[in-house]
Amino acid sequence: MNDGPAAVVIRATNLTRTFGRFVAVDHITFEVRAGEVFGFLGANGAGKTTAIRMLCGLLLPSSGDASVAGHDVYTESEAIKRDIGYMSQRFSLYDDLTVRENIRLYGGIYGLSAARVRERTGALVARLGLEHVVESPVRAIPLGWKQKLAFSVALLHEPRIVFLDEPTGGVDPITRRQFWEMIYQTAAEGTTVFVTTHYMDEAEYCDRISIMVDGRLAAMGAPVELERQYGVASIDDVFLRLARPEGS
Amino acid sequence: MKALLGLLRKEGYHIRRDRRTLVVLVLFPIIQVVLFGYAIRTDVRNVRLAIVDPSPDYATLALRTRFAATDVFRIVAELRRPEPLAQLFRSGRAQEAIVFAPDFADRLARGLPARVQIVTDATEPNTGSAMQSYALSLIRDYERDLRAAGSAVRIEPELRLRFNPTRESANLFVPGLLALILAIISSLMTAISIAREKETGTMEALLVSPLRPWQIIVGKVVPYLAIGFVSVLGVLAEAHLVFRVPVRGSVLLLLAEGMLFILASLALGVLISARTASQRVAMMGALVGTMLPTIMLSGFIFPVESMPRVLQWIAGVLPATWFVRIARDIMLKGVGIAYLWPETLVLAAMVLVLLALSARSFHVRLE
Repeated sequence: MNDGPAAVVIRATNLTRTFGRFVAVDHITFEVRAGEVFGFLGANGAGKTTAIRMLCGLLLPSSGDASVAGHDVYTESEAIKRDIGYMSQRFSLYDDLTVRENIRLYGGIYGLSAARVRERTGALVARLGLEHVVESPVRAIPLGWKQKLAFSVALLHEPRIVFLDEPTGGVDPITRRQFWEMIYQTAAEGTTVFVTTHYMDEAEYCDRISIMVDGRLAAMGAPVELERQYGVASIDDVFLRLARPEGS
Repeated sequence: MKALLGLLRKEGYHIRRDRRTLVVLVLFPIIQVVLFGYAIRTDVRNVRLAIVDPSPDYATLALRTRFAATDVFRIVAELRRPEPLAQLFRSGRAQEAIVFAPDFADRLARGLPARVQIVTDATEPNTGSAMQSYALSLIRDYERDLRAAGSAVRIEPELRLRFNPTRESANLFVPGLLALILAIISSLMTAISIAREKETGTMEALLVSPLRPWQIIVGKVVPYLAIGFVSVLGVLAEAHLVFRVPVRGSVLLLLAEGMLFILASLALGVLISARTASQRVAMMGALVGTMLPTIMLSGFIFPVESMPRVLQWIAGVLPATWFVRIARDIMLKGVGIAYLWPETLVLAAMVLVLLALSARSFHVRLE
């Protein structure tokens, strides 16, 4: 757990979303504090994406309350959108635009001045080591680089919180490792990271995790605490316990 | 505003870099004009002509010679009585007939109106109308020459169309073509480009950004609006230069009505893309939803008046039907807004409904 009383930046209370009779997210309650790396785990269809969409202002909750960066999800979704960054499992980058054009596009969308965009582009490209492909279309660069670039673009406007929806899908372990280093660095700089994943080993990297099963929050806490609580050696085992409670 | 400009520039990159889109956008209108232009001219050579001349005379023979002398007509039958004509037409051995009144020469000589019938097979309205106007112009020429020679003659041609009497006036392919090209560029291209963003996931990134929904829609729609506009100009210019299709009415009015129609098509494109998740489905949706009806039902090729009642109803709710009608009236009849305001109102109402629907459908995904 975090030792300091860092401010709460995401708060959800009994947040619920139904689609017809199907309850996708069922009364989930949690808090995320500034600077945390908060892992949001669950099997496919457990309700992770629905929850993240409600928090990002893409989807209205059916009931319950939530606030993100101090803004209410019902009434202030526009304010939320300015304060968050978002990267989905699919890319938010345009394949046929060059690296530089993508950065400029998103810079413009988030209201950065042309000078600021140039400055950020230079820094970002240097940090990722993409100098030689900055004028190449994004489709021509390797997947791992694209993902790092997409992450950096999501951070372009220096959001208070960044939502990553399965950011490491389909990349090799080394790139995943590098990606997590970027996540740590981001959190260290004060940005809260809300990340969904179904790689259980990645869960171990998070400050705190929550595990969703069938729309409910089945468990929440620091990875080591959860392992101790369930008497198992890894989050993978915790997850199996929760997902199949009738077994063993 | 800057964000919007960024979006527009981005859309420009997409269009410039996607070969297929470019080819469709640039070549399609040009090729269509040529294709339809020449298709419309389908053989008004070698028209199979029957001549019914009950009382051959110097005057009728002179006129018959003129028909025989052009390579437009090929005389397949010379009759004394009109009765066999029906059979000739039905079998297709004759496409057109010139039927002189029995007293043609007599009345002509006395300066009375002399009657002659031009009967045309109008199964294919375009060809039919072309054949008819050729025959008519030959008779008019003859009349003019006689007058120039000093005699006060009057020939009264009587036009008859067989098989398809409610024929739409024909070589009007350009107005229909305008509708088709606009429908394709506006609906198809918007639908595909929005569906592509949904497919690749970039739409999510736009939706989660501070951009307003209207900005996203405008960013998507304006580039195709501009391209549609340029295409209209191009098609009009090409049709005018190559096929001498006139614009008798106000070009400005035509362009304004064109913008209305483009808006309707764009809204339809947004609507289609809101209901589809992939480019492929969006493409099929746009083709079936706009291109086919535009070709089949708008009166572009087949006259609305001769359709079954049910199809007429369907045609009535298609923006293309109204646009084709408006464009024809402006281009060929040269009428202005004073005559066209009812059609314009219908089209404008459709635009409003479609825009409202598409804005709503786009909103649903955001809610």
